[in-house]
Amino acid sequence: MADALIRVENLYKLFGNSPEKYMPLVHQGKSKDEILAETGHTLGLKDINLTINAGEIFVIMGLSGSGKSTLIRHFNRLIDPTEGVIKVEGTDVMQFNAKELEQFRRHKMSMVFQRFGLLPHKTVLENVAYGLRIQGVSKAEALSRGRQWLETVGLAGYEEQYPAQLSGGQQQRVGLARALCTDAEILLMDEAFSALDPLIRSEMQDQLVQLQEKLHKTIIFITHDLDEALRLGDRIAILKDGEIVQQGEPEEILLNPANDYVEAFVRDVNRARALTVETVMKDPAYRITADTIAGALQQMKGFGRDYGYIVNDEGYQGVVKAERLEEAYQADKDATLDETLYEDVEPVDPQAVLETVIPNTLDADYPLPVVDEEGQLTGQLTRGTLAEVLGESQKPVEKDDSKVNA
Amino acid sequence: MAESNWLTEIPQLDRSELRDIRKTLDTAYRDFSREHGEMIEAFFDPLLSFLVWFEKLLLATPWWLVIAIVAGLAYLASRSWKLSLGVIVSFMLIGYFGMWEDAMSTMSIILVCTLMAIVLGVPIGIIMARSDRMQTLITPILDVMQTMPAFVYLIPVVMLLGIGKIPGVIAVIIYAIPPVIRLTNLGIRLVDKDVLEAATAYGASPMQRLLGVQLPLAMPTIMAGINQTIMMALSMVVIASMIGVAGLGQPVLKSITNQYFTLGLLNGLAIVALAIIFDRVSQAYAKRTQRHLGGMDNG
Ligand SMILES: Nc1ncnc2c1ncn2[C@@H]1O[C@H](COP(=O)(O)OP(=O)(O)OP(=O)(O)O)[C@@H](O)[C@H]1O
Ligand SMILES: [Mg+2]
Repeated sequence: MADALIRVENLYKLFGNSPEKYMPLVHQGKSKDEILAETGHTLGLKDINLTINAGEIFVIMGLSGSGKSTLIRHFNRLIDPTEGVIKVEGTDVMQFNAKELEQFRRHKMSMVFQRFGLLPHKTVLENVAYGLRIQGVSKAEALSRGRQWLETVGLAGYEEQYPAQLSGGQQQRVGLARALCTDAEILLMDEAFSALDPLIRSEMQDQLVQLQEKLHKTIIFITHDLDEALRLGDRIAILKDGEIVQQGEPEEILLNPANDYVEAFVRDVNRARALTVETVMKDPAYRITADTIAGALQQMKGFGRDYGYIVNDEGYQGVVKAERLEEAYQADKDATLDETLYEDVEPVDPQAVLETVIPNTLDADYPLPVVDEEGQLTGQLTRGTLAEVLGESQKPVEKDDSKVNA
Repeated sequence: MAESNWLTEIPQLDRSELRDIRKTLDTAYRDFSREHGEMIEAFFDPLLSFLVWFEKLLLATPWWLVIAIVAGLAYLASRSWKLSLGVIVSFMLIGYFGMWEDAMSTMSIILVCTLMAIVLGVPIGIIMARSDRMQTLITPILDVMQTMPAFVYLIPVVMLLGIGKIPGVIAVIIYAIPPVIRLTNLGIRLVDKDVLEAATAYGASPMQRLLGVQLPLAMPTIMAGINQTIMMALSMVVIASMIGVAGLGQPVLKSITNQYFTLGLLNGLAIVALAIIFDRVSQAYAKRTQRHLGGMDNG
């Protein structure tokens, strides 16, 4: 891929005193536990291969101890690999000498930490400006840029406070502002939101999404929360015991978990919030193209259903039900179809999150029409589909090939 | 060594052998000091000149100006009127009971010794903190320095440099330096790993990390070390007076040999007063520089 920004190839990390000596064991395929028992070395990462594209949010997730922090710390070499290659913009970061590495960290990447990592003896503003100060930017300039970022994350007025005087959520915002302030194109976020309560957390997620729309950074985001991963991630990699067990787009992982581990992960996720209508809707089978009531009833009988979607050259028009049409037909056998006969229902947006359409879907006794921006009918959403996707039977849902990721 | 009674008596060197060992070592050291003593003395000359100059300065300055300056410094460091008032009262009393000159000598020695201890001790502490090897190397030396009876320091120093101010100052520094070194090392090692990692992640160089993160965050601990060093220097001053260090220790020594109870008590109290002042001022200062750690009171 042309726009691969970061490429990780065959990355291994063995923690311990003499990792090289025991690498053959790893290549023999011994498990993390066996290696620990035999040698006292911890296998941190095993054969990681990743490509991260410019401008995407790449989420790394996995249970505690699965190696997420270890992996993200390789990108800016807070940890050095035992084996393998990490390339950023085609440059092997292992080839940097100390000075080059400093420059790389100053300008290419910035990082947000799970436990904030703010400097307690510096004010909030000085913290935000820290990256610039390290780069050698003048104090006045650094502080004025810092002030702007503080404002962006909604902390104007807190400049002269010390981190200890702020709440956890506020401190994390300072961490985010600090990371954004250096204007590095790659943002590393290690469980940046995990320490926050759910409300502030979802606020921060929104903020990140908004900022990303403006800034188009490349973000590597770690979380152990699948809901968060699905909400933010363009692509997701799932780690287990230092190995990647699955990577792909969110829906792919949600709907086709690669193995039991991923499935266990996926089981607890709030699918209603994670999936969009488009990923689960069925093809709309029951289009009515006639323009008389008689014709419409005829078509409906043809499909053996008591409802149908009126469609013409301009696209989707409305939903009609047999019952109502029969009545109208009794009154006037030659009448044409018009809006007064349509059901009172809002079509569903394919991008909408399932959660938002549940009430309407349950209220209607026919599948809701899914209509895209151009006004075309693209699918239908039945109660059955919802029940299947959200219900307790978490069998992977069959997906229509026609809808694999628009 | 008698073979028969080794069960009841600990095996022991013959007296003559022991004497020989002592003689050899002592002669060797004496020769060493005879040969190099002057050079070493010359090396410490600048220190001596500074000490003498500072002592003269203190004594030449009018007493009220000295008191005003010390009280002013105490106020600047602690922002507490009570402490400054305490300084004024104690100094007035010290002068009133005729101990002004000795007190000034002691103060100048303490100041010089503390400065030297900081200048030497903090870098040593930093080196220790950067390498585990250095830590394992230096820690036992510090242990010896702290447990060795203070008088023992005096012997080699006197042999080397004779009696006088400089040997006294050196003995005081050796005695008082371990806390600064230890607590600098400890303070740097205790700096939050997350904070240091963040600095590294933003591309801070080792120097930027040391000056911008490690030292400032270790400062409360280092200040505690400096505080202890000052206290130890004060207590050593009395002992050092045995080798000719002027100051409040001299009258104490005289009182012991001549059984002058009141003289000893007064000078002892003066030392205590100085100790309390140094302690409170340095602690208040340390506390004030740590505003960010929560409490906003300048108490
Ligand atoms: N410095 C280290 N020395 C030895 N082992 C380590 C070191 N750092 C991490 N490990 C081991 O590597 C494995 C992965 O740790 P890591 O911190 O990357 O997990 P994580 O996925 O970030 O977990 P969490 O969600 O709890 O933060 C663990 O088994 C851990 O014991
Ligand atoms: Mg972690």
